[in-house]
Amino acid sequence: MSDWRYRLGEHRGTLLAFAFFVLMFVIYASNHPVGFTANVVQTAANKGALLALVAMAQTFVVLTAGIDLSVGMVFVLTNCLASSIVIGSPAMVALGVVGVLLTGLVCGAINGAIVIYGRLQPIVTTIATGAIYFGIALVLRPVPGGDVDGTLSDALTGRVFGVIPTSLIALAAVVLVIWVPYRRSAIGRAAYAVGSSEVAAYMSGVPVRRAKFLAYVASGLVASIGGLFLTFITASGEASAANGGSYTLYSIAAVVLGGVSLFGGSGSAIGAIFGALMFRTIGDLLFVFDLDPLWQPLFQGLVLLAAVCLGSVRLFQIRNRLDLFE
Amino acid sequence: MGGSAAPLFQMAGVCKRYGGVRALEKADLTVEAGQIHAILGENGAGKSTLIKIMAGVVAADEGRMLLDGREVKFASPAAANQAGIVCIFQELSLVPDLSVADNISISNPPKRFGLIDRRAQRRIAEEALARAGAEDIHPLAPVKDLALSRRQMVEIAKALARNPRVLILDEATSALTAADVAKVFVVLKRLRAEGLALLYISHRMHEIAELADQCTVFRNGHNVASYRAGEKSDNEVVELMIGREYSHVFPAKPPLKPSDRPPALEVRRLAWSDRLRDISFGVRAGEVVGLGGLDGQGQRELLLALFGVLRGVSGEILIDGAPASISSPSAAKAPKIGMALIPEDRKTEGLMLPMSVSVNLSFAALDRISNRGVIDRAKERELIDHMIELLAIRTDGTNVPVGSLSGGNQQKVVIAKWLMVTPRIILLNDPTRGIDVGTKAEIYQLLRKLAATGAAILFYSTDYDELIGCCERVLVLYDGAVKRELVGDEITERALISSALNITTSGGADMASAVSA
Repeated sequence: MSDWRYRLGEHRGTLLAFAFFVLMFVIYASNHPVGFTANVVQTAANKGALLALVAMAQTFVVLTAGIDLSVGMVFVLTNCLASSIVIGSPAMVALGVVGVLLTGLVCGAINGAIVIYGRLQPIVTTIATGAIYFGIALVLRPVPGGDVDGTLSDALTGRVFGVIPTSLIALAAVVLVIWVPYRRSAIGRAAYAVGSSEVAAYMSGVPVRRAKFLAYVASGLVASIGGLFLTFITASGEASAANGGSYTLYSIAAVVLGGVSLFGGSGSAIGAIFGALMFRTIGDLLFVFDLDPLWQPLFQGLVLLAAVCLGSVRLFQIRNRLDLFE
Repeated sequence: MGGSAAPLFQMAGVCKRYGGVRALEKADLTVEAGQIHAILGENGAGKSTLIKIMAGVVAADEGRMLLDGREVKFASPAAANQAGIVCIFQELSLVPDLSVADNISISNPPKRFGLIDRRAQRRIAEEALARAGAEDIHPLAPVKDLALSRRQMVEIAKALARNPRVLILDEATSALTAADVAKVFVVLKRLRAEGLALLYISHRMHEIAELADQCTVFRNGHNVASYRAGEKSDNEVVELMIGREYSHVFPAKPPLKPSDRPPALEVRRLAWSDRLRDISFGVRAGEVVGLGGLDGQGQRELLLALFGVLRGVSGEILIDGAPASISSPSAAKAPKIGMALIPEDRKTEGLMLPMSVSVNLSFAALDRISNRGVIDRAKERELIDHMIELLAIRTDGTNVPVGSLSGGNQQKVVIAKWLMVTPRIILLNDPTRGIDVGTKAEIYQLLRKLAATGAAILFYSTDYDELIGCCERVLVLYDGAVKRELVGDEITERALISSALNITTSGGADMASAVSA
């Protein structure tokens, strides 16, 4: 049986991203002045998990051949909200968490409703809604501040058994609870089909609009989990435009590095997570090799460009040039 | 219930119009269980509209559809599938990034605990592939990696997995290898024995002769005859398909002056992929040469190959007798070659709809009206006014968006845009599709005028009437090759249809020998 060959092919992007990440992280850790210690891993994990969550959010939409430029702003908005409401008695904390996640869900649903039922382009729609979400964040937190429940924060950003960062466990839990069932559900399959060929999906009787809508909703939800996590790490909220913007752009970079096609239809959120971790490690690598941090954006850009080039090799095989524009 | 009396599927008085064009007019069709029913008709006879209505892709304007004697209406392809009517389109319904098994179960995957059961899905795929006689296809292979003929087999397997009662095959064998066709025929005959009704649309007469129990011929959107297979000869079938309504006015064809100059455009043994095979012909200055045949036999690819759009084209292209290499549309339009292609779809390939008439007109000719990169406004103005007058484009000034013009006038803008580069070789890809009769007549006049001023014209049309009225010669393509060349009086509807179907009818043959004698 050659099953393994096809299974490997299906997950090639994810596996490549994983391999590259491990390679980079090993180089990073072995050259770290302190060495490969639990502390180094924990710091890296906390930083990486944030981008990983936002990248995962982006993946849902990119798979349907759309794009969500509001993920970073949902992330910031839910951070500001969490810094106000996830505190107090355990019941209030629980309610606060639910409130934060619901907010993310609603943000995603608004994006989805406008894109699908209003038939507007995803880029413009999400730039606009992103600005609105950021505006609300500013109203909530004109100046940085706020607080978050300490117990929960410590529990989710610390370590288990002294070595494993809990942020990674939380990330794995999100993957298991949201991504894996999605990927294996009929609606997740529909999302892939829509991204790959919307016409074929429609002709096959796939619920095209529902699949797209749910992708935006899932994106908003996962971005809000990211925002919640940011609050646990910083124990405060800040309506930072720079943060929102860079997380949005980095999430797209991470998705591409993780082997998700920007044309939709192929890739996996797990790949995007490794793409995010890889992207974070690039920055850290420069640090351990004592390079000026000023080089960081340039270096990240080069890596991204190389990854995109790899992804478009197939264009050289096209025989009808009109196919290039599809 | 009417017992055994009610046929499995019935259509009565179905009408469908697209804009002013009527695609179906009071069409009737009766399909019995356990039969293979062939649908025949030339381009534009209404076959594809008929299928689309049955499969729930478009809705009929009037008329009724009955399944088991009960009236049905389908709002979507999914609804038609649910009722048991499944259509195999030409490679349209497969999702390239998903695996074969994913595609086969795409509309209702087997589930366990709410999630897709991959093992059951794989079993379904294996069964369906086996039923279609395509066990060689791996269920986990991504569809995009499969060859066209394999994809078509997956398409058939996918249809079978839905347990259809009426299965529609629309040119389903056109991409298959001979070995696959033989296998598919075995499958189809078995399905017939199982009591399915099969609707078979094909332009391959020998396939129809082998498979069909019943045949229905469509013409001008109406079913003109229904008969048991074998009751009519090929000749009689062609006779039934002829009879398009003549409504066009064509300018006279002037006699072609003999010339010893080499043809403006000559093609030798042109081939591309498996879509174009060994094509050789020439077009002289002042000549209008038509491309005929049923839709999709390589005519479009031929024009694209000449215009430098396709990669990996083999064979020779000679311009005025000298070999030329045309690597891109911009090379094709350069003054050295002077070629223009009036594309098929004016909305995507010909025009930028929201932009103004003047911008659209001068786009292809920008390099000719500019000096070192700066557009010479006065010269542009002059040329645009000249074109608008020459083609009698009816527009409210030149600054209105071209999308606001009527379809016919939009098409004139596309043609005018290319005339601004003063091409010597003009390729036209079905330029009159969907435009009004008046504008059509103007376009015919224009083609003549251009030929008279020395242009070489290669003209693909799905409308046989146009080929007869406009062309000195017609090359009939079949399966990517030139099957027949019709010259002068040989160009008749009978000859065009029979050579398009790749059959020889007595009338056509007589005519050919009479002319050559």
